[in-house]
Amino acid sequence: MKEFLIHGSYLLGAALFVVGLKRMSRVRTAEKGNQIAAIGMLLAIVATLFAVDGLNWGIVIAGVVVGGAIGTVLAKKVEMTGMPELVALFNGLGGAGSMFVALSYYVGHRHQEGGVWASMASLPESMQKGLTLADGLGGTAAVSTILSLLVGGVTLTGSLVAFAKLSGKMKGAPILLPARHAINIGGIVGVLLLGMIACFVTTGGFSTAALILIVTLISLALGVLLVIPIGGADMPVVISLLNSYSGIAAAMTGFVLLGSSQGSLMLIVSGALVGAAGIILTGLMCKAMNRSLLHVLAGGFGDTGSSSTDNSEYTNIRSTSAEEVAMLLDGVPQVIIVPGYGLAVAQAQHAIAELDNLLTARGTTVKYAIHPVAGRMPGHMNVLLAEANVPYEKLVDMDEINPEFKNTSVAIVVGANDVVNPAAIKDPKSPIAGMPILNVFEAQSVIVIKRSLSAGYAGIKNELFEYPNTSMLFSDAKAAIQGISKELKDL
Amino acid sequence: MFIIGLYVFVLALFLGVEVITKVPPTLHTPLMSGANAISGITIVGAISSATAAAVTGSSLLAFIAVVMATVNVVGGFLVTDRMLKMFAAPPKKNA
Repeated sequence: MKEFLIHGSYLLGAALFVVGLKRMSRVRTAEKGNQIAAIGMLLAIVATLFAVDGLNWGIVIAGVVVGGAIGTVLAKKVEMTGMPELVALFNGLGGAGSMFVALSYYVGHRHQEGGVWASMASLPESMQKGLTLADGLGGTAAVSTILSLLVGGVTLTGSLVAFAKLSGKMKGAPILLPARHAINIGGIVGVLLLGMIACFVTTGGFSTAALILIVTLISLALGVLLVIPIGGADMPVVISLLNSYSGIAAAMTGFVLLGSSQGSLMLIVSGALVGAAGIILTGLMCKAMNRSLLHVLAGGFGDTGSSSTDNSEYTNIRSTSAEEVAMLLDGVPQVIIVPGYGLAVAQAQHAIAELDNLLTARGTTVKYAIHPVAGRMPGHMNVLLAEANVPYEKLVDMDEINPEFKNTSVAIVVGANDVVNPAAIKDPKSPIAGMPILNVFEAQSVIVIKRSLSAGYAGIKNELFEYPNTSMLFSDAKAAIQGISKELKDL
Repeated sequence: MFIIGLYVFVLALFLGVEVITKVPPTLHTPLMSGANAISGITIVGAISSATAAAVTGSSLLAFIAVVMATVNVVGGFLVTDRMLKMFAAPPKKNA
């Protein structure tokens, strides 16, 4: 009976994960979907508490309380602009968790009284060294341990590097080591080789413990090596991929525990689910950015996340002021606002919402053009604007809004750069060639609010700034928008 | 047992592929965050490793695993919820 309830709970939990994920793919059901998945997790945890023989309640309660507190504080305190790096951090910890479970399993069996290793202790030295990991844990668990360490380790350090790059603790520029592809591939092959040796080969001298330690360390190093060559702008894709890896790591841990823990199948199912879903999502993100996944992983894309070379070459820049912009906006039928990362940095989302309300009250239709990769992550702008209570119907996808620019009097670009750069469609040699953009230049007037003429992520010049119908408002976004609102009220 | 594990692993992979279709870009980040929270299922493994009979080293590693997995789970679901609350339909304005 107890077994039935435990496995029933796991099964139900897994089903809820599937339903939850599906619901999270549609805006209308997304919030409920998350809650459904959370209930599934609760079921799984409770089932485990009942399933484990001789549970060490002290460790579990202490661990859950500490972890729960940290997780709650981080989730509630971090600002919206810090969401991407927070997801990276959580993901890394999940991967680490899988790694530590595998290590715990190994250490536990290593020193188990009456266990295989202990029974060898009475044998002469020469025979003791003949014990392989597979002898001690079983073939499946042995191989799975190595895989779990590899994937978990890469996920941990890779996620930490992503976290560092996104939070500015590390420069966004790719760090390219000489022969990096050779080193990375060598690392992976090395881990697998050493791992298989530890599992199946009588090592005669080199203890399995040392090999496992080396495998772990190389895996951790690989995580760093694989992510540092990737530029800051591609981090969202990397995080999505690492998210998938953490699912695979969990599944591998499930294989390690197969036969010794009732939750093993739950780990395998849920891990595989997330692993696969993560890959698909990564593919979707790449498509939205028009970047091939292979290109992203190979790294070296020239984005620096900071100002770059081309800003000395601008000519014919028209500079404007809040007063002029307000006069321009007076009584126009339609305005499209194009938000970018600059809006987030300046925390100007509330200011823009206020301007929006002012304009709408005066009879202007206001819409927001949301490019799929505006900001640091897909959906970044949506979250930011939602925080300022901008009704989500006003946020229009790129494909829907592009035809409207030619019927729009004024387009206001706030802190967006590459996503409105016509070079993407006009210059086949541009680094952003082929990336779909917002056709802002088709509007009658374009106002670009930017602090300076420095380049965006792609590090290239933006011709839009030189177009005859474009005017630049050089200012911090928040100050600029508040200034425009004030002038508009005085009109 | 391994065969069962393999069946289940492969089928779940297919399921994961089929479940994620046509996700609007606005949901990419919350969905990633939600999937990340689910990957915290490793907490089941962590709790399973925390047995009273375990050796000190093993217990320490299990404790660390529990803490990390819990942060992943709790933080993950809370942060996803925070992101998704932003999409909640605004109160219907009569206009």
